[in-house]
Amino acid sequence: MITETWLIFQRSMKQSLRNPFWVVIGIVQPFLYLALFGPLLIPIVQNTPGFPAGDAWQVLVPALLIQLGLFGGLFVGFSILTEFKAGVVERMQVTPVSRVALLLGRALKETAVLLTQGILLTVVAIPFGLRAPVGGVLVGLALVAVLGFAASCASYALALRVKSEDAFVPIVQSVFLPLLLLSGILLPMTIAPPWLFALSRANPFVYVVDATRAVFVGDLFTATALVGIVVAVLLAAVSLFWGVRTFQRESA
Amino acid sequence: MIHARGLARTFHTRRGAVEAVSGVDIDVSPGELVGFLGPNGAGKSTTLRMLTTLIHPTAGTATVAGHDLLTEPVQVRRRIGYVGQNGGAGPDCPVGEELVLQGRFYGLTAAESAKRAAELIGALDLTGLDDRIVNTLSGGQRRRLDIAMGLMHLPTLLFLDEPSTGLDPQSRANLWGHIRGLHAERGTTLFLTTHYLDEADALCDRILVIDRGRIVAEGTPDALKRRVSGDLVVVDSTDPGRTAELAGRIGSEVAVEGSVVRFRVEDGARVLPALLRELDAAGIAMTAVEVRRPSLDDVFLTLTGRSLRDEEAPEPAEARS
Repeated sequence: MITETWLIFQRSMKQSLRNPFWVVIGIVQPFLYLALFGPLLIPIVQNTPGFPAGDAWQVLVPALLIQLGLFGGLFVGFSILTEFKAGVVERMQVTPVSRVALLLGRALKETAVLLTQGILLTVVAIPFGLRAPVGGVLVGLALVAVLGFAASCASYALALRVKSEDAFVPIVQSVFLPLLLLSGILLPMTIAPPWLFALSRANPFVYVVDATRAVFVGDLFTATALVGIVVAVLLAAVSLFWGVRTFQRESA
Repeated sequence: MIHARGLARTFHTRRGAVEAVSGVDIDVSPGELVGFLGPNGAGKSTTLRMLTTLIHPTAGTATVAGHDLLTEPVQVRRRIGYVGQNGGAGPDCPVGEELVLQGRFYGLTAAESAKRAAELIGALDLTGLDDRIVNTLSGGQRRRLDIAMGLMHLPTLLFLDEPSTGLDPQSRANLWGHIRGLHAERGTTLFLTTHYLDEADALCDRILVIDRGRIVAEGTPDALKRRVSGDLVVVDSTDPGRTAELAGRIGSEVAVEGSVVRFRVEDGARVLPALLRELDAAGIAMTAVEVRRPSLDDVFLTLTGRSLRDEEAPEPAEARS
């Protein structure tokens, strides 16, 4: 299964690298976030009460990372739809290759791409002014990778179940937007009215966002960090299960 | 090679249950080239997808390539090749890479797989296309690549779903040549679906005719055609009235159209000399005479009361996707 996963991973990675457009987008995106979005958010972070402790960049970079993982991950399903229509998924399902490998190979490749972008974003943020403990940053990146993996698995599962771009994109959009707005990525949920705050607590990503921010200021062994890590791992486990079931399922 | 009993599949849609395949029995011996003929929506693809482990039957049992379809799907997958309607090679991937990867899925080492790929590239006239991106290939090349992909692990049984759909006549004839060669040289058992009569006729040793989820007839193309009451004889003469009269004595379904008389008769080629002598003796001059063997379309018409050509009912979306 490891060999099979590796074969699928390699194939998927080569496909992405073969398209220079996506490679460039992937590299430029983190720069854009920092250069065009950072200057706007820094004063807001500094002047808004309720953001967690830390320098503005320590608040902003984790938010951008989470957004990257979530946004990047949730849309990967789009790519499998083209292949699904060309019979690629079906062709692989008729081979003895493990159904777990069929999903894992692709999802791990997406995770690798997201992690690479995340590292790039973090490194680029240093000249902008990011100062954070190395251990915390590494844990934060790991959290983003787990989140990206969860989002990728879920995205593939969804794509193969709806089977059409026309249905997939609106569904992802309608899931992504409330998740984003209720995650406290851009503005802290502590300034929200009580009903909105309560609603945001039902969003699992809130805990991951809080945890990523906590580890970025070095609070590794706190309840906030721990809860976020547990939530991220649970999300990944559920998504993986759903994704594998989808690949096992007939005619997916 | 294939033994299926009562294989059935019902799809549940919003409009209710649709019985795509209602209990088919299929027996295919090793080395056979069997065609599954029927109009679109008859249940061909659904049956094929059940036999290749892609979808679960709602009823029935089957042994495919020596293993039980329901309890040992992985064993079945190891032994069969499948060329789906849409092919299966990644549109944005290089030809060679996809072939080698396909071999590796079946446990070949990279070296073994590369060797096998090179051999199949040669055998299927794909030489020089290793580095081409799949979606730049012509329709015919693409189809041959799909077949090469299905053969990477040298399966004993290969399923082909509508192999020549969408190909121009020349590529089609070329593809048939390859399929025949594959069958003759490698002894691969082939099971193909088609809604083209000429394809079933040109390629298959034996044909199963499926209509509305049931197998309605089975036999060699010739045996099936014999089920239609005789050959069609067409005589163009100076006296169609008297010709029709003579024809009525030996044949049936006599029809006159201008100077042309058509009728059906058993074994037309044997009956013809005597008929010609009689016409000649009666002083009727003939400008053209033709004996036409019944086509599979006639067979389908006889069996179902509908023409295969006219039947372009769209297959239910669930049955395809």
